[in-house]
Amino acid sequence: VSPSERKASPKVDGGTDSQDVAADLGVDHQVIVGAVKSLQALGEVISAEQKSSRHWELTGEGREIAEQGSHEARVFNAIPDEGLPQNQLMKMPSGKVGFSKAMSNKWIRLDKAHEGGPRVFKTVEAIEDTVRDKLQLVQKGQSAKLEDKEKNELKKRKLLSEVTVKSYWITKGSSFSTTITKQETELTPEMIASGSWKEKKFKPYNFEAMGVAPDCGHLHPLMKVRTQFRQIFLEMGFTEMPTNNFIESSFWNFDSLFQPQQHPARDQHDTFFISDPALAHEFPQDYLERVKKVHSEGGYGSQGYKYDWKIEEAQKNLLRTHTTAVSARMLYKLAQQEKFTPVKYFSIDRVFRNETLDATHLAEFHQIEGVVADYGLTLGNLMGILHQFFTKLGITKLRFKPAYNPYTEPSMEVFSYHEGLKKWVEVGNSGVFRPEMLLPMGLPEGVSVIAWGLSLERYVDTHT
Amino acid sequence: MPTVSVKRDLLFEALGQKYTDEEFDELCFEFGLELDEITSEKEILIREQGGEKAEGASDVVLYKIDVPANRYDLLCLEGLVRGLQVFKEKLEAPRYKRVSPADGGEPQRLVITEETASVRPHAVAAVLRNITFTQERYESFIELQEKLHQNICRKRTLVAIGTHDLDTISGPFTYTAKPPGEIRFKPLSQSREYTAAELMSLYKTDSHLRHYLHIIENEPLYPIIYDSNGIVLSMPPIINGDHSKISLNTKNIFIECTATDLTKVNRFTLIITVCLFVCFNTFFILFRVEEAEVVYPDGRLSVYPELAYRTETLSGDFINKRVGINESAESIAQLLTRMCLRSEVSGEGDLIQVEIPPTRADVIHACDIMEDAAIAYGFNNIVRSTPRTYTVANQLPVNKLTELLRQDLTAAGFTEALTFALCSEEDIADKLRKNITETRAVHISNPKTADFQVARTSLLPGLLKTIAANRKMPLPLKLFEISDVVLKDETKDVGARNNRRLCAVYYNKSPGFEVIHGLLDRVMQLLDVKPGRNQGYHIQAAEDSTFFPGRCAEIFSCGKSIGHLGVLHPDVISRFELTMPCSAIDIDIEPFL
Repeated sequence: VSPSERKASPKVDGGTDSQDVAADLGVDHQVIVGAVKSLQALGEVISAEQKSSRHWELTGEGREIAEQGSHEARVFNAIPDEGLPQNQLMKMPSGKVGFSKAMSNKWIRLDKAHEGGPRVFKTVEAIEDTVRDKLQLVQKGQSAKLEDKEKNELKKRKLLSEVTVKSYWITKGSSFSTTITKQETELTPEMIASGSWKEKKFKPYNFEAMGVAPDCGHLHPLMKVRTQFRQIFLEMGFTEMPTNNFIESSFWNFDSLFQPQQHPARDQHDTFFISDPALAHEFPQDYLERVKKVHSEGGYGSQGYKYDWKIEEAQKNLLRTHTTAVSARMLYKLAQQEKFTPVKYFSIDRVFRNETLDATHLAEFHQIEGVVADYGLTLGNLMGILHQFFTKLGITKLRFKPAYNPYTEPSMEVFSYHEGLKKWVEVGNSGVFRPEMLLPMGLPEGVSVIAWGLSLERYVDTHT
Repeated sequence: MPTVSVKRDLLFEALGQKYTDEEFDELCFEFGLELDEITSEKEILIREQGGEKAEGASDVVLYKIDVPANRYDLLCLEGLVRGLQVFKEKLEAPRYKRVSPADGGEPQRLVITEETASVRPHAVAAVLRNITFTQERYESFIELQEKLHQNICRKRTLVAIGTHDLDTISGPFTYTAKPPGEIRFKPLSQSREYTAAELMSLYKTDSHLRHYLHIIENEPLYPIIYDSNGIVLSMPPIINGDHSKISLNTKNIFIECTATDLTKVNRFTLIITVCLFVCFNTFFILFRVEEAEVVYPDGRLSVYPELAYRTETLSGDFINKRVGINESAESIAQLLTRMCLRSEVSGEGDLIQVEIPPTRADVIHACDIMEDAAIAYGFNNIVRSTPRTYTVANQLPVNKLTELLRQDLTAAGFTEALTFALCSEEDIADKLRKNITETRAVHISNPKTADFQVARTSLLPGLLKTIAANRKMPLPLKLFEISDVVLKDETKDVGARNNRRLCAVYYNKSPGFEVIHGLLDRVMQLLDVKPGRNQGYHIQAAEDSTFFPGRCAEIFSCGKSIGHLGVLHPDVISRFELTMPCSAIDIDIEPFL
């Protein structure tokens, strides 16, 4: 314990003011403040409550007067009984001020007509230096004994000043002790080696503070959910489709899906078309002919759309508007196999819509898609597999609404009951691909293809 | 999805039943509609134009109902009520037919001249007789015409409908085309005659009509329909003449529909439009649909409207198997009848004969009938079952690699960014100090904003923009993205391909080339490629305009260039509104598959 720390330790159980401690010990108040702070850092040895008080203090000149007497007293004392020439008196350090004050106190008189020049004489035998007495009271911390008027007069003479002092009210702490040991901040290798930690006391940690952020990177939250969806598809036995082709022809994006060429989705307003490379140049010719026929004339049990189907429209390149364009390519490829085998496909990748960005519109987003092709699949199967899929996401309450989609029939919007919003919200779209899409590809008649899709962004918005 | 706005009380009156909002919502859901909003004209005005404008507006409750895009037959109150009433078996589906003129009179005739060939060569016509309008029926009639214009007629670009008070005009009517200067008439809601050319400039500022001007604006000849006295009926698809306008007192109506060339129009759209129009109105306004003749330039004569019914035969088994239910043919026939598809069991096995009305142009295949059976059965009543399809899952190799690398890059202290695949030309060219022609970029022809002019050819601009948006975060910023860029490639059917790339940036007070270089070493370690010149990887000094001279290296793996790393050029840094030095790595990961 340093001397000042010891001094700062409260001497009485009721507590004491740091100012009084400083006065008692005759040391500067700042020394005591430092001691209080270092004791506080040791824990509950003392408790100290900060407070502020105003008090009077001597100025530099005030301190000089308290020591050597007021200017007027010094002038008075310098004058011998036979008097002093005025010009000599004025040369004294206190001469000017002291002369006029002593004159107004009527302690001295000036004989202007004295031979040999003006001369100053005492008029009284002895004087009482009240200014000095008052200042000495203040110096002893007894300024309360002075009247306000007196203090203000001294302030006017720039001998006193009023200052605000921050001090501490010190009381014993819960673990008060007169002997204290310096606490260690951290355990060191040396302490472990020497065993000195056994004798040491350790500074308590501040458990309210936040930790230091670990030095690591983070995955993008949306991509984490993509991984989660990917995992679900893989668990369900779905194979990932090659969706790494953002540029698609209108043929695969629309025509192969039996979406007529005058469909509004094919407007410039909704779809990004490509100016370079503007056109696709390679199509499976037989298949293209069958697609043309089913659009313009029908077939496969269909009336068709009965319009003039144009290859020029099908050639137009675009940024795919859905990953179903890839599903179409994959189903066509499947149909080219010697023998049909059932498949389950999935993809999660970017799709594009010609939108102006705002809070609710994105020009690109991630489409999640699942496709199952097998003999004899039913609408009940589609709802069953959707139920399994959403159960894996923790969504168990589903219901289905009839909807319209050019390439699925039936088409169903999938709604889930949102426990937070307490209402049914749309979570995706689903349906059975139309025969006009599947049969021209060459898939066997009895094969049904069920599919569903949802937006990753929308799912994350409403469910996380 | 088109939205139909109907007055709730009128709707309930027509349905003969009151519903709570929830009950009606439920009914819509089952039928495939969506009660989108419950509002009033007043509320709409307050929302769109503020409280003052709404003073005195009607606060009659409106239901806004979303109708599937293929169900043109549900686009008005009448259509909705008909659909729902038949669905609830409160009403039988109506049968539509046209009649010949009473007392053996001649049908109205529309003669098409060959001048129309260049601009709008197709037209059909029909006549409605003995109408009694009420204010509400009249409004619904106009509203339906507008709904058809907006939807099946694709904002009049495909088809335009004109309706006229038949008692103010006299046939035969002539549909021809003339130079705009030679057309002169008093249009609807105007007080004097204008030439067609004057009308086009008059309507430039009309909030409604200006949207249709482009359809004929640049044509040398404008389409125009006259009666036998030279009175203008309409100048399709812009405006009707004032002379023949219909009113609350109109008793007989002449309808003409005109269409552009058939490459754009489904051959049936025109015919369907007029069918839909007359059918809705027949059902509720109760009048006669009378035939009208159309004479083509080649002398051919057709009679319209074609209210053609078609019969399809399918088996109950087909529907059961596709839907996943087990119903008798009789009950399936009953389900279909509820969807306005009158059906009967034919008596031959489980075959069902289904009659498709002219209003259901969307039914073009047995699967459409199957869907209606499933809707009537109730999607949510179908037993859900898991398909037995057995398959083994496979990941796409490039995605599998991407997933693995992403995890390890975050473990190496880099944070994943997700940036747009589309950007401006400037982002991939000027800002990276590259010439746009050397980027092999795919260009978009119709972007709405400059932010989407091209598909990105590099992941770097996206990452730099991400840093710019996160300048307040404590340094260093360490970001990466593994995703696709798009490059022109003649060998592909569409002339372009994706390329999976890994890009990372380090942004700090010092360039940190060694940090990015260390990341390359770590990635190569993960890919099991050792340092070395031949079978390994190495870097060698290179010049690339994006990087600071002397601070760029090309990366080779197994002798093949896979990308670059280096300190970015100060101009690149400032063009992305950044202030600190930055180093980057950009590599193609497809060689590692």
